Amino acid sequence: MSIDDQTAPAPEESGRRLPEMSRRRLVGYLVAAPTLTVAVRLGLDGVAAPPAEAVVPTLPGAADLFDLSDLLKLAAQPTSNLIALQVTSDGLIHFALPRAEVGQGITTSTSMLIAEEIDAPMSHVRVTLAPARPELLYNQLTGGSNTTFSTYGPIRTAAAIARQRLVKAAAQKWGVPASTLTTRDGYVIRADGARLSYGSLATAAAATTSSATEVHLKSPDQFKVIGTPRNRVDARLSVTGQKTFAMDLKIPGALPTMVCRPPTVNGKVVAVNNAAEVRAMSGVTHVEVIRTGVAVRARTFGQCISAIRALDVTWGPGTIGTKSDADILAEVKRAELPMVVPAVPLLAKTIDTSFTFWFAGNSALETNCAVADVRADSAQIWGSFKSPITAQQRVAELLGMAAGKVKVNVTQGGGSFGRKLFYDAALEAAEASRKMGAPVRLMWHRIDDVRQGRVHPMSTSRVRATVLGTNVLTYEQRHTSVKTDFTHGLGEVITGHSAELPVGDLGWSETVFALSQMTHYNYGVTTQVLNEVDGGFNTGSMRNIYSPNVAVARELTTDQIAKLMKKDPLAFRKEFARDKRSIAVLDRVAAVGGWGRTMPAGTAQGVAIHNEYHGVTACLVEIDCTTPTVTRKVRDAYTGPRVTKVVFAVDVGQVVNPKGLEAQMLGGIMDGIALTLTSSVHLKNGTFLEGSWDNYAYTRQWNVPPVVKVIIMPSTSHEPGGAGELGVAATAAAVAAAYGRAVGKLPTEFPVNHGQPLFFEPKPTVPPVPQSPTNGLTFY
Amino acid sequence: MPQHTFKVNGKSVTVDAPDDVRLLWILRDILGITGPKYGCGINVCKACTSHINGRAFNPCSVPVGQVGPDDEITTIEGLPATVGKELHPMQEAWLAHDVAQCGYCQPGQIMAAVDLVKKVRKEGRQITNADLDQLRNICRCGTYTRIREAIRDGASKM
Repeated sequence: MSIDDQTAPAPEESGRRLPEMSRRRLVGYLVAAPTLTVAVRLGLDGVAAPPAEAVVPTLPGAADLFDLSDLLKLAAQPTSNLIALQVTSDGLIHFALPRAEVGQGITTSTSMLIAEEIDAPMSHVRVTLAPARPELLYNQLTGGSNTTFSTYGPIRTAAAIARQRLVKAAAQKWGVPASTLTTRDGYVIRADGARLSYGSLATAAAATTSSATEVHLKSPDQFKVIGTPRNRVDARLSVTGQKTFAMDLKIPGALPTMVCRPPTVNGKVVAVNNAAEVRAMSGVTHVEVIRTGVAVRARTFGQCISAIRALDVTWGPGTIGTKSDADILAEVKRAELPMVVPAVPLLAKTIDTSFTFWFAGNSALETNCAVADVRADSAQIWGSFKSPITAQQRVAELLGMAAGKVKVNVTQGGGSFGRKLFYDAALEAAEASRKMGAPVRLMWHRIDDVRQGRVHPMSTSRVRATVLGTNVLTYEQRHTSVKTDFTHGLGEVITGHSAELPVGDLGWSETVFALSQMTHYNYGVTTQVLNEVDGGFNTGSMRNIYSPNVAVARELTTDQIAKLMKKDPLAFRKEFARDKRSIAVLDRVAAVGGWGRTMPAGTAQGVAIHNEYHGVTACLVEIDCTTPTVTRKVRDAYTGPRVTKVVFAVDVGQVVNPKGLEAQMLGGIMDGIALTLTSSVHLKNGTFLEGSWDNYAYTRQWNVPPVVKVIIMPSTSHEPGGAGELGVAATAAAVAAAYGRAVGKLPTEFPVNHGQPLFFEPKPTVPPVPQSPTNGLTFY
Repeated sequence: MPQHTFKVNGKSVTVDAPDDVRLLWILRDILGITGPKYGCGINVCKACTSHINGRAFNPCSVPVGQVGPDDEITTIEGLPATVGKELHPMQEAWLAHDVAQCGYCQPGQIMAAVDLVKKVRKEGRQITNADLDQLRNICRCGTYTRIREAIRDGASKM
């Protein structure tokens, strides 16, 4: 490739043809520093509205014009400060990403963006996670699958400017025009083959005064890294046990700390009746009451568990009293908003459906945890936080310190699924460290993570559609949910920009709902509305907020409409889909999955679509609900129906890393299967009954489909969409459709096994944590 | 306080701790060996899976008082040395298939996979889908499909 000289740019000649979205020169900043340092703002580019095409035209909803990922990107623009890239004399390229890596692969995709534009091997790129940077305001939130979408332009701009400076430095050193030089693999190369490494140029390329500069980015047909399958940059650390999570940190003096928690959700400590006795137990250093329970610090977590079991605590009631599932469902049903069917011809037929989605647990495998070292006038926190600025503010408030006195370090996260948008353990660790006057390494026990941790709220979704002949005239969806907690900062993003959004004067949740729920089909007059009840629960999103539930209701109802019109579910979807890309993904899953093949009794196929985050997806599944399969036995497990095949097609626009995108879809597929068939928590008398991974039935190997195929569609745009949550909704819906067909009955509650007798014996609530077994040498 | 001597990853270690403290905490909190992860503490999630005397076990469920000087514990950190290489073939397979997402459960997954291959081989047969269905290690990222592919691949090179 040839080089653009910064002083005499000639983009067309250089071969850097620009895609339509970025046909302008992108600006970044050279920062005065001892070594080459380039900074850019996060947030560029505009928002395009897809054209509406219709059978009976459906006006585009808010999410069609401007979805949640656009909002998060918009929020980044006016408020953001700079993110910086630095090249050091050892040839390494450093970048502190203001996002959380929790398994979704963004350190890898970010390394790819940098390697692409700077022309260096990925092994020279070092992406770390930035600590809380309050000046970034809304721009340090990892959620809504926004990372690649909002950082794609800015990070490449920084890398391209760095490359431009390195070329200029080499040109000066050699006394030749920059336009005669090329770059490859971390070197600037002269026409005669002589070369200078980036490391050797890093000091010379550094700016002595800060200034703005411009650059053109590569056009997609010039990509050598973006769009090629790459393995994760942290894979070797993962497989050797060297990847360091918060609880693996060796912070001096930060001893294991656990909390003795109440027997009902958010119960309060009234009195600790034997603190002195427990303080005297082996290994125990401190016992202190904190807002959420009784914190115990000890030499090992094992000794924390023993101490918690020995504590005699008098508990007060919590925030949900002694309510059970049925009580909450009744509250939700009371809040359901009425349908407002517009006038339709008398001959129209009405389809009414109603679905219930029970509480589900969003625990990651790494339980809530944080390290805190609180001193008299400052504090330091370590943990995996997707909203570290809000975490910093809340910790500072709790400690009565200025936010600037609290440093929040972001560590690698052991999964999130929505959980790490919050910082519950950080608040507890800060409070415990202050009260104990010592650093703490605070970790939740698994049972606490399930019972007192955040849950995905219970909801209902009701749909009414009217059909006249081969047209759908109206489609109304009323989603009613226990309130989702948005206090992690996403809410501030939205209210901060509410005037700029096409949604009018809605609250946070309603806004998120309106921005995330696209209209998928040409169903005439379409309305989708959310209403919430505040139930006193600890809630959060779970690998998406509303979409998997809304999609299950929409796709099952769509099958009912197709049935009324005597149309094949696939053909019907292709006829009514609003987005042409939906037809393409449907065609792919139908061809690869063998849609319509004859299936034995008790087995069936299902198909569904879902569009979100600028991506479109389709999923085809086959399920086996025959008695021998459903009743197969695995020790201490729920087995149930088995999904035997999943074919999933995804179009996210520009694909950065196909291997990473496939991984995200594979994970989303496992989540979708669990949501529909197996995974919920049961509320009884103020407590959730599940307490381990053998109670909360997330997909296990015995539920995994023997055949899973992910098809990545050719890029249909030069902009990358979000991927982290995209795989869940279509899968959940396709599994539900297949299940209904296999058992011959429309399922109306999810997971479908929630109403069956429990397959486990609930663990006691007092003491709140189980003792570890002692038979590990003989029982595996 | 009682003293306990046993071998970890080829080295003899001695720790002072009460008999009933589970090995997971001896490894993680006292010896600083953090490859085995905590996921439940009750022998369910299998994130801490390691080997004792060549077979898989869960240190969260073994009191330190039950192990002695002849017991050889291998954690993920010591797995490559069991084959005298920089990486065990199963770890290589994990890299080839880019299995890990968050990575938290993967040390336990790999230790369980090596054990499964050894067990099946002792029975003189190949790994089947039914064998893979029996694996109890949970992965909340849902990497199961690649785990299954990597185990078959790794087995062929073990």
